[in-house]
Amino acid sequence: MAFSKPHIIVIGAGFTGCALAYDLARRGMDVTVIERGEIASGTSGRTHGLLHSGGRYCVSDQESAVECIQENIILRKIARQCIEFNGGLFVALTEEDAAYAPRFAEGAAACGIEIEQISPQEALRLEPNLNPKVLTVFTVPDGSFDPLRLALAFAASGRYFGAQFHPYHEAQVLVFDGQRRVKGVRVLNRTDGSTREVHGDLVVNATGAWAGKVLAGSGAQVNVTPTPGVMVAYDRRLINRPINRLTPPSDGDIIIPQRRMMVIGTTSYEAEDVDYIPVEDEQVQQMYSDAVALVPGVAGCRMRGAYMSARPLVGKGQSGRSLARTFKCFDHLEADGIDGLVTITGGKATTCRVMAEKTADLVCKKLGLSIACETHAYALRSYRDYYTPNGGRP
Amino acid sequence: MSHERWTVTFIVSRRKGEQPPHFQSFQLEVDPDEYVLDGVERIWAFHDRSLVFRHACHHSTCGACGMLVNGVEKLTCITPIRSVTSNGGKVKVEPLRNFPVISDLSVDMSTFYTRMEETCAPQVVPVRGSALPYEKGLFEQADPAYERLADCIECGCCISACPVAVTTPEYQGPAVLAAAQQAFSLTGHAGLLEKMDGADGVWRCHSGFECTAVCPSNVDPAWRIMDLRRKVIGRRIKRLFGLAK
Repeated sequence: MAFSKPHIIVIGAGFTGCALAYDLARRGMDVTVIERGEIASGTSGRTHGLLHSGGRYCVSDQESAVECIQENIILRKIARQCIEFNGGLFVALTEEDAAYAPRFAEGAAACGIEIEQISPQEALRLEPNLNPKVLTVFTVPDGSFDPLRLALAFAASGRYFGAQFHPYHEAQVLVFDGQRRVKGVRVLNRTDGSTREVHGDLVVNATGAWAGKVLAGSGAQVNVTPTPGVMVAYDRRLINRPINRLTPPSDGDIIIPQRRMMVIGTTSYEAEDVDYIPVEDEQVQQMYSDAVALVPGVAGCRMRGAYMSARPLVGKGQSGRSLARTFKCFDHLEADGIDGLVTITGGKATTCRVMAEKTADLVCKKLGLSIACETHAYALRSYRDYYTPNGGRP
Repeated sequence: MSHERWTVTFIVSRRKGEQPPHFQSFQLEVDPDEYVLDGVERIWAFHDRSLVFRHACHHSTCGACGMLVNGVEKLTCITPIRSVTSNGGKVKVEPLRNFPVISDLSVDMSTFYTRMEETCAPQVVPVRGSALPYEKGLFEQADPAYERLADCIECGCCISACPVAVTTPEYQGPAVLAAAQQAFSLTGHAGLLEKMDGADGVWRCHSGFECTAVCPSNVDPAWRIMDLRRKVIGRRIKRLFGLAK
């Protein structure tokens, strides 16, 4: 009997969907990706682009912090093409901030994050535009990345291994086999209005903040709280590395350089409808004040853009800041008695590769396969290959 | 952002499959300091879910949302509505020129991205030397080890604005020539000069600087094309005297 490759349908081409398509295709499966917009047109594209060292979570959410530093090291190897890696700083501006320093140092050590305390003078030598009143400063291995190009690099690598991407195709409804098993997706081609069914051995819902919405009416459920944050971009590059406020995670606690710009982020609130979330003026003003506190020269910059991104936080009923930043993949057979359906959500851009790895592991387990993940060991294809006619294959 | 409210009519280019393209109007209440892309996204969210457009970062780092706004190439995520119309006015939104249209406002970037890849222009470059030579002193103090994402965000605005790009699809176009110039400056790879020394390379440009006028990201493609011409000529002269292969 000829071996036929399992066919996996991935809904969503954000970081997770693109990384998952690559991982599954690299493990030898047929992969079809259905995406309502273009690559990274939801939460992923609008991330502030911080390659987390894990420092932000090393006290409050160590599981996420460990994931971040491990993936930070891997992404620096496999996705150098779209990462500015100049390190980062955590800086205390007040006595209260400075009092957090011992817990920060302890947390970083516990999570395996390489930090070093440097003098305020040294920090100002490295970053002359930093607030001169800094009291305590640590270096961390942060970086910044181009959000679209990181997603494209995973997608290009997926295409190289044969994954098929269908942008501007919306998953309308899950198709069942008459029992409680998902056999595919009904898909609307948004470029011409036609619909068709795509059938596969398994469907993965990788729609992040939209994960609940995509499952609506299917009988399957997932608890995701869309938790948007507002970011503001300024038109000059006054720093060369991300500057974090040395505090527990809070609003306006980081400025990230990107190209000739800086981005300050972010706020945290809950949204009901993730399809359109307005950017409120008050939050833009708050970001400005927070940015000026870290880098006073922001006051002399022009605002270049203000936008928001809806984090997909797993869980409900607590305030967004206290929800863990880690991810979760669900087999809906266990949770809802529905077979052929897996949801991956939560997590962060920095951890998208391992999110894909764990999801692909679950897919393999469900299919009774044992194929190891290799995505940590090989550099990604050039992001531009995503757009080349044959995916960069000779 | 402000608390001002304007009523603005978005006139949006629509195209689905083989149906003839047409314009469709949407009246929106907007804050004039919102961006054109916010308006387009709201049309999709609240008026017509079939609208197709390309967008990702919403702060000018990715280059996905280039469109024609009232006839001019704009990165719509950083184009305030106030800058292109007035209260009661119109905002006409069309897909970029000189690219095949996929649907509505979205264009096919594959030929463009393939050519960009052929220049091997890196996205990450040393901070020092990453500004244009006439931007005196900018980033010159930076530690040589520092790196940053390059200026070109591959939005295609310059290709759309280029009047000679319409004369032949074979023309490399401003962004690609600019990428070749930057890649050559960083690597000295002479093959790039050979590749761009031809009618579909540096010589088709008519030095009108339309590309530079619309570039949202400080690339100054026209300056780079002129500089690439100097480099191409320099190499020809060297070859003439047997100083280069």
